[in-house]
Amino acid sequence: MTTTPTPPQAFEKKEKGEVPGGAPPGREKTEGRFERRAARAKKRLTSPWASGIAIVIAILWTIPTFGLFVTSFRPSGDIRRTGWWTILGDPQFTLENYQEAMTGSTRLIDFFVNSLVITLPAVFIPISIALLAAYAFAWIPFRGRNFLFVAVFALQIVPIQITMIPLLTQYVDWGLAGSFWTVWLSHSIFALPLAIFLLHNFMKDIPPSLVEAARVDGAGHVKIFFQVLLPLLVPAIAAFGIYQFLWVWNDLLVALVFGSSLDVRPLTVHIAELAGTRGQTWHLLSAGAFISMIVPVLVFVSLQRYFVRGMMAGSVKG
Amino acid sequence: MDFFDNVGAWIGYLWSPIGDWLLNADDAGHKLAVMVVAIVLFVVVMGAILLGVDRPKRVPGWVVSVGFVGPALLFLAFGLVYPALRTIYASFFNRNGTEYIGFDNYIQSFTQNEFQIVLRNTALWVILVPIVSTLIGLVYAVVVDRTRFEKLAKSLVFLPMAISMVGAGIIWRFMYEYRQESSDQTGLLNQLLVWIGLEPKQFLLDAPENNFFLILVFIWIQAGFAMTILSAAIRAIPDDIVEAGKLDGLYGLGMFRHITVPSIRPALVVVVTTIAMATLKVFDIVRTMTSGNFQTSVVANEFYVQSFRAQNAGLGAALAVILFVLVIPIVVYNVRQMRLAEEIR
Repeated sequence: MTTTPTPPQAFEKKEKGEVPGGAPPGREKTEGRFERRAARAKKRLTSPWASGIAIVIAILWTIPTFGLFVTSFRPSGDIRRTGWWTILGDPQFTLENYQEAMTGSTRLIDFFVNSLVITLPAVFIPISIALLAAYAFAWIPFRGRNFLFVAVFALQIVPIQITMIPLLTQYVDWGLAGSFWTVWLSHSIFALPLAIFLLHNFMKDIPPSLVEAARVDGAGHVKIFFQVLLPLLVPAIAAFGIYQFLWVWNDLLVALVFGSSLDVRPLTVHIAELAGTRGQTWHLLSAGAFISMIVPVLVFVSLQRYFVRGMMAGSVKG
Repeated sequence: MDFFDNVGAWIGYLWSPIGDWLLNADDAGHKLAVMVVAIVLFVVVMGAILLGVDRPKRVPGWVVSVGFVGPALLFLAFGLVYPALRTIYASFFNRNGTEYIGFDNYIQSFTQNEFQIVLRNTALWVILVPIVSTLIGLVYAVVVDRTRFEKLAKSLVFLPMAISMVGAGIIWRFMYEYRQESSDQTGLLNQLLVWIGLEPKQFLLDAPENNFFLILVFIWIQAGFAMTILSAAIRAIPDDIVEAGKLDGLYGLGMFRHITVPSIRPALVVVVTTIAMATLKVFDIVRTMTSGNFQTSVVANEFYVQSFRAQNAGLGAALAVILFVLVIPIVVYNVRQMRLAEEIR
């Protein structure tokens, strides 16, 4: 071996390039039927077959989105007459669908604003509250702490459906129904169990010596929280923040139940309704679908690492 | 006394325009302003609480913990625990909660024909989606592992996870779009049918197979999730196990069956159960694509229909409770397996 460290990937590649025949000659004779079959399978699976499967799945997974994407740029007459695959013979593109969807009678721009207005507080509020609670569960000893934490953890299994009718009744009693406040409040509540649980796990990972040192210096809990823990938790907060952002942005059920009035409803609710009432206006539906997707996709492309991490961590929510 | 009456009147007088401004925002600027007010208000309240408890010497310890945990517990008690108990209680009452009817709502949910179809569909979803999407995710994770285009290939399959289920529903409705045989097809799947010489099909209308076409949409979404978790698990398989397998002459499929799959078993279980939980609560797809018509409803959709469309609060509550009860065993199993998986690591 040379003294230069080999990058692990280069090593892997060499391994992959190995052909079955590369095994020591003595072994060839003792190879049983199974090994020979396995060796043949390897030959099959590594290059052409594996790539073939990969390409087929990738294409199958992309075509539906691609088809609607192409459609959203075709003139509405063409969309009604022919399939999107015919653009190869007759390429005609326009931005009119987007213009009409945004500013025409469907006014998606209004609902885009609603989505934004709903989402930002519905991310900021639960994360703040959860951070404080997670800090207490991790670093403030108090009576009943373990019991309360297990209770909060267990609340993750409560399906949000089960809370909806009583919550709505309460909101109506308070005269808040049909405003942004009920949507913010509901999203904040529903996010808490998971947020507290995850952020608590991250807080627990921070070395106790850091917290102890600050405490010895005479810092109170508030100071420790803001000056010691918060800076260290930025990646965790980013991951969960992105997850919560997309959950709220993509949510249909909560918005449908608590904020379906025209002044409040987000894009998802309005587009779902368009799909129900004007299911054949594909030039509007296709453009509308992509208007609602553009924010998640941008987040996905630019913050993929955090995004995947948050998505994985949050997958249990419901 | 006049004074207090006056104060009350004054507060009411001053409050009503403020409340009106806060509750009824109807143009973009106004909405954004309300949003900023809400965030500022929240920061001020939380700041006041923290300032109040930030006196290590002068306030007892429990006040500090209440300051930190209190808001969260208040939210959870008000928004989750109490409503859940109310719903369980309401599930034993009739449609407007005036008359106690025992288990009638549950009996209705399990015996009436239309609800049996709902339960059948839910079972189909919960069995098919986790298994198929995990399988596809696993195969894809294995075949793209350590290839040149791994990142791009993974992004393509993961992308459906990022968009809303409403968006996914519309994408697939367009795939399933039906035109009469005499005219050109605009949906790709029907065009494929026509190309191979078959008649176009009403994918979303023809029961009971339309359920499978809805299920396919959720598989399309969840495969990316399965792929990502399983891909990480495959990466984490210790090299010496892989090497040992190679020394034993394992390659390709043999390696997959005897080394890869057993090594990532805990991750597989977590993926399957996690997807099963998500599937049980699936609502958006059914709502967007068929609204639960044509015998495609599932429990979560039926809950919405009964609670907020048919105004049958009792039955809606019972369906929500059923959802809750169904999800519990999967969650318990999932949490257990997750613990196991962590211990192994």
